[in-house]
Amino acid sequence: MKSKSNSFTSWYKSGAPWIWLNGGAVALSMVMVVGLLALIAVRGFGHFWPADILQTTFVDQQGQRLPVMGEAVRSEVIPAVIARDNGYAVPEDQPLVTRYLIKQGNRDVTSRDFMWYLETGMDEWQYPEEALAIERREWGNYYGFPVEIREEGKAVSHYGGQDFWQQLEERAERSVNLHRELRRIEKTDIGRINNAMERLRLQERRLQLDGISGAELAEAEADIAARRAELDAQYQLVKAERDEIVKQTKRDQLVTTTADGKEVIIPFEKIVRVSRPNAMGVLAKSGQYLERFWEFLTDEPREANTEGGIFPAIFGTVTMVIVMSIIVTPFGVLAAIYLREYARQGIVLRLIRISVYNLAGVPSIVYGVFGLGFFVYFLGGSIDQLFYPESLPAPTFGTPGLFWASLTLALLTLPVVIVSTEEGLARIPSTIRQGSLALGATKAETLWKVVVPLATPAMMTGLILAIARAAGEVAPLMLVGVVKLAPSLPVDGNYPYLHLDQKIMHLGFHVYDVGFQSPSVEAARPLVYATSLVLVMLIIILNIAAIKIRNNLREKYRSASD
Amino acid sequence: MSELLSNAGQKPPSLMPNAQQRARLRRVRNIRDGISRYGVAAAGMAVVGALGLIFFYLFSEVFPLLRSSSLEIDKRYTSSAVTSVDPGVHLTLDRYEEIGASFTRQGSVNFFRAEDGQVFMTKPMPMADQAELTATGTSTPADGLVIYGFSDGRIGVAKPEYALSYPNDKRLVTPGLGYPLGEEPVVLDEQGDALRHVAIQQGPNAIYVAAATEDKRLLLGVFSARASILGITRVSQDVYPLPSLPEGIGVTAMQLDRTGRHLAIADDQANLYLFDISRPDKVRPPEKVPSARGRITAMQFLVGTGSLAVGTDAGKVSQWFLVRDEDNRYHLKPVRDFKALPGKVTTIAPEYNRRGFWVGDDRGNVAAYYGTSSRSLLMKSVTDTAVRHLAISPINSRLLVMDEKQQILSADVWNKHPEISFSSLWQKVWYEGRSAPEYIWQASSGSDASEAKMSLVPLSIGTLKAALFAMLFAIPLGIMGAIYSAYFMTPKLRGYVKPTIEIMEALPTVILGFLAGLWLAPFIENHLPATFSILFLMPVMMLVIAFAWSRLPTALRAKVPDGWEAVILVLPIILTAWASVAASPHVEVLLFDGSMRQWFTDQGISYDQRNALVVGIAMGFAVIPTIFSIAEDALFNVPRHLTQGSLALGATRWQTMVGVVLPTASPGIFSAIMMGFGRAVGETMIVLMATGNSPIVNFNIFEGMRTLSANIAVELPETAVGSSHFRVLFLAALALLALTFIVNTLAEIVRQRLRRRYSSL
Repeated sequence: MKSKSNSFTSWYKSGAPWIWLNGGAVALSMVMVVGLLALIAVRGFGHFWPADILQTTFVDQQGQRLPVMGEAVRSEVIPAVIARDNGYAVPEDQPLVTRYLIKQGNRDVTSRDFMWYLETGMDEWQYPEEALAIERREWGNYYGFPVEIREEGKAVSHYGGQDFWQQLEERAERSVNLHRELRRIEKTDIGRINNAMERLRLQERRLQLDGISGAELAEAEADIAARRAELDAQYQLVKAERDEIVKQTKRDQLVTTTADGKEVIIPFEKIVRVSRPNAMGVLAKSGQYLERFWEFLTDEPREANTEGGIFPAIFGTVTMVIVMSIIVTPFGVLAAIYLREYARQGIVLRLIRISVYNLAGVPSIVYGVFGLGFFVYFLGGSIDQLFYPESLPAPTFGTPGLFWASLTLALLTLPVVIVSTEEGLARIPSTIRQGSLALGATKAETLWKVVVPLATPAMMTGLILAIARAAGEVAPLMLVGVVKLAPSLPVDGNYPYLHLDQKIMHLGFHVYDVGFQSPSVEAARPLVYATSLVLVMLIIILNIAAIKIRNNLREKYRSASD
Repeated sequence: MSELLSNAGQKPPSLMPNAQQRARLRRVRNIRDGISRYGVAAAGMAVVGALGLIFFYLFSEVFPLLRSSSLEIDKRYTSSAVTSVDPGVHLTLDRYEEIGASFTRQGSVNFFRAEDGQVFMTKPMPMADQAELTATGTSTPADGLVIYGFSDGRIGVAKPEYALSYPNDKRLVTPGLGYPLGEEPVVLDEQGDALRHVAIQQGPNAIYVAAATEDKRLLLGVFSARASILGITRVSQDVYPLPSLPEGIGVTAMQLDRTGRHLAIADDQANLYLFDISRPDKVRPPEKVPSARGRITAMQFLVGTGSLAVGTDAGKVSQWFLVRDEDNRYHLKPVRDFKALPGKVTTIAPEYNRRGFWVGDDRGNVAAYYGTSSRSLLMKSVTDTAVRHLAISPINSRLLVMDEKQQILSADVWNKHPEISFSSLWQKVWYEGRSAPEYIWQASSGSDASEAKMSLVPLSIGTLKAALFAMLFAIPLGIMGAIYSAYFMTPKLRGYVKPTIEIMEALPTVILGFLAGLWLAPFIENHLPATFSILFLMPVMMLVIAFAWSRLPTALRAKVPDGWEAVILVLPIILTAWASVAASPHVEVLLFDGSMRQWFTDQGISYDQRNALVVGIAMGFAVIPTIFSIAEDALFNVPRHLTQGSLALGATRWQTMVGVVLPTASPGIFSAIMMGFGRAVGETMIVLMATGNSPIVNFNIFEGMRTLSANIAVELPETAVGSSHFRVLFLAALALLALTFIVNTLAEIVRQRLRRRYSSL
């Protein structure tokens, strides 16, 4: 016993417990990072897997047996007391009880699409093969059993018939294609005409503002009227085409029954996808998984962003980051070159440098405030007065938009680029510089032909880090140009092609908005995980690229300076 | 070569540029050099300037808050709107500051141009024939009601109305007069006695009128006017007698509030009386409050009618609240005293939409005051006779003053931010409708009549609270992790750990916030015992494993070299966490009657789902990499000869760490903590998503908070540009900028000194 306590004391004195505790801190941090990434990955990727549809019955508080049908979302263990308080019959000897969250869908029929059900009182789970999961354009998913397909109100195929499934698939595909065509017409053709109309209106207003009068005015107005008439004619044509398609989409209907036997008629035009997950094999499910994942990346959002894809958000983020890079790279690099190569080194420069470095640590919301006040209200307001008087009082640049968002982020990431570039310039051995000067090159030649090319990887690192930071930043963007739902993309086929004044959608803001501002948190949750996953992957890839470039760079100059 | 050789006989043309070309080339190169030099310098300075602009711009937006109010008389004129025989009873000014209106004793309302006093329209008040005008009164300016009381017990009510039209794209304001009780006078006193004092107020559903008659009776009239389909206003009226004041007391001023619950009366012996008239048929005798400031000569309810501005014959100006006690009864209480005027107070003109008011005295002085901020904004002598009437415009930028000589003075007023003062931002303020001074942030609300409450204290406390809990979580993990990684960990493992931490730093905070709000907060709420047991068990488990490891046979231990402790601990950490979570419901059933959250509530501890604990963990997670990287850098760069010397003298590795490495690197660790704090203070998305964003003042770990940064993100897009609220949000941003800048600069200077010390060692 004595020896044991001795050994404990000596173990304690050796400091080993402290070392282990410190090691534990590292391990805990690592576990947290990896766990967090794993959580996002599992939830995010899991969202697209076609879940099986379970069917069972449940005894509610009043002792009635209800049919339950849907996807099991998750389960948790709760103390039985809580369940009893809510009026459920739980056996007295059972201290804990499991409950399941079931996604029942059918929001238009039952109005509650997510419900918790206790394990006690629940029947065996069954997975009926014929159960349908229908993704709809409105009201979310629908779960039910097929009955028949109707065309123009007449039944053409009954469930159980040979060609029923084939008919179902074909008609669903047809309506999806028609819908796609409809969207194309609305976006491209009608969008183009609207854009042209709006420009004509502004042109007309401009004429008034410029004070043109007499024959000149009459001529210009006649010209505008002619062009307007032409556009009107085009519009009538397009509209006729559109109306025809709309009529076609209304042809087919699917008749189904819900779990409790109620008949529900679903028009095919509202159907995005019909599937029978319980009848699908792993291969078929994988196919649909990929399809859904692809759709998520390339489609537009539906149902107040809680369903559909996130393409506009990805596109908005990327466009914003590109515009930002175009602004921040030259200025950041030039500033770094100035600070390192041209400015007189001294106490003032040291202060400036510390200040610039510290701006990287200034809260991003402060940049947002500055962007909103200075860029949007002051600069934007002045630009509108000078260049867009015809559209006032509707602001063009005097309102948050893509350009101001990019400019604000450029300001925010300037310190990152400057620091990184300066570091790169400092790393270049002075021998190289002196060699160039000794051969008679001017300072500018040395700089631009020798030093800067050698430092490009450092600049790249800075730019990538800047992009990674910008892509994940949300707080300032909420003030200077990001919105919940942008009506169109900032780049399209209409003049001037890149719409710098337009508001954009953003992945990070999408996460915030869908997760915290949407009416149904449960419905939105999987989509938020999936969006987070896309954002995290983007940022991790960018960061790993930056780390790799930096490490390579260090290796390179280690050998060069030896 | 061969070509050169073959031409050797003749004079070979030189391949070198000739002197002229060389000179030109040199010139071009010099010019390029110059362009590069000045171009780069210009760009560099522009960038530095742009970054500096942030400071200047934010300050320029905040600056108007500091500017004091001013008043400049720019026009003086006499007008036919007011004459010496009829000096008028009331004066108003419209919102475009173009049209003044003077209510005369003879019963007309003269609309005159505010520029030169020229009368361009006259409308009649409801006047009683064969009766004299004996009393007048006004409601709050936003309602604009003016009441005339006559010697036959009747009253007439009117309000100025302004119709706006844009003929030929030019603004045209056409004044008119509205008659809420009809164009003819209405009987208030059935006995037909003369009305000596009248008061009026527009309530939500009725117009309330109070009057004191010649024979000292008090009357209350409730008029509900309803416009019928045919456009005829039908007035239903009820008149109630009120208990009269004691014998021998004369009334000097009367005011009604807009809820129709209170009537305040000032007497000629420096007392105030408050009647509770919420049940007009059962009114008890009033509560008497001595003013203690002299005889009251003017009294007006401020907007919202929650407080009275009171002026006395001694020039004292004070604000009185209707304060509710525990029995739900209201009492008049003096809340603030303002800077006194030299003369007797003659008139009080409240502002239309804020808690400010203008006061004139009998020596020609005009003063402006503001309730919420307790500010006496300005005082100026504008004329040498008594000030008779004041009219402030609804947008508070022009004041009309009428003096005893029937002269109208028009003054340009700059008084944009009277509600902001040091005390209104940082000290407890007694707001209307509250029973005591408090710290409250509630900058905007649905109605104009509500008082803006802009105390930065709840937000600053919230910011500090969030940062504090984040640092409690992040400092131990960050610093201990740095110690281990810099000094004990094998280089190979370090090669994995450092990039992982860098990625942790780059994780968008919106994702951390979303996980904290939607995953962690409900998880913690449902697994409270697990949360606490993890906090407690983790270190215990680590020590147990460490001790067990030291007991293992040496042969086994030798297989894992030093520096891999962290890897050994990974699995136990996961198992401990899992076990805690799995055991959590059982613990709840055994110890807390099934729900620990409910147990907290029963103990009187309030618990929000999104609370400081969640924020602490989430924001701690965001801050750990900042602290870790900087601290690790400082620890790792401690010169090797120091540690080797210590080890050579026989110190253990831990002794070397504590005795040599930590003291040397302590400034670096300090700067790491500062940087982490700076980041925690300014973080926006995590607090926005993981707290309830309610601006409360406490440090309870189970309640939420609202921070400065989250507040900016929530409110700035909604607020009006240039308003006080807008500028206070800019002030918050400037404060954040200054705070983080100072903290970071300190940290950076400490770090640079440390670096120099290392290189000299």
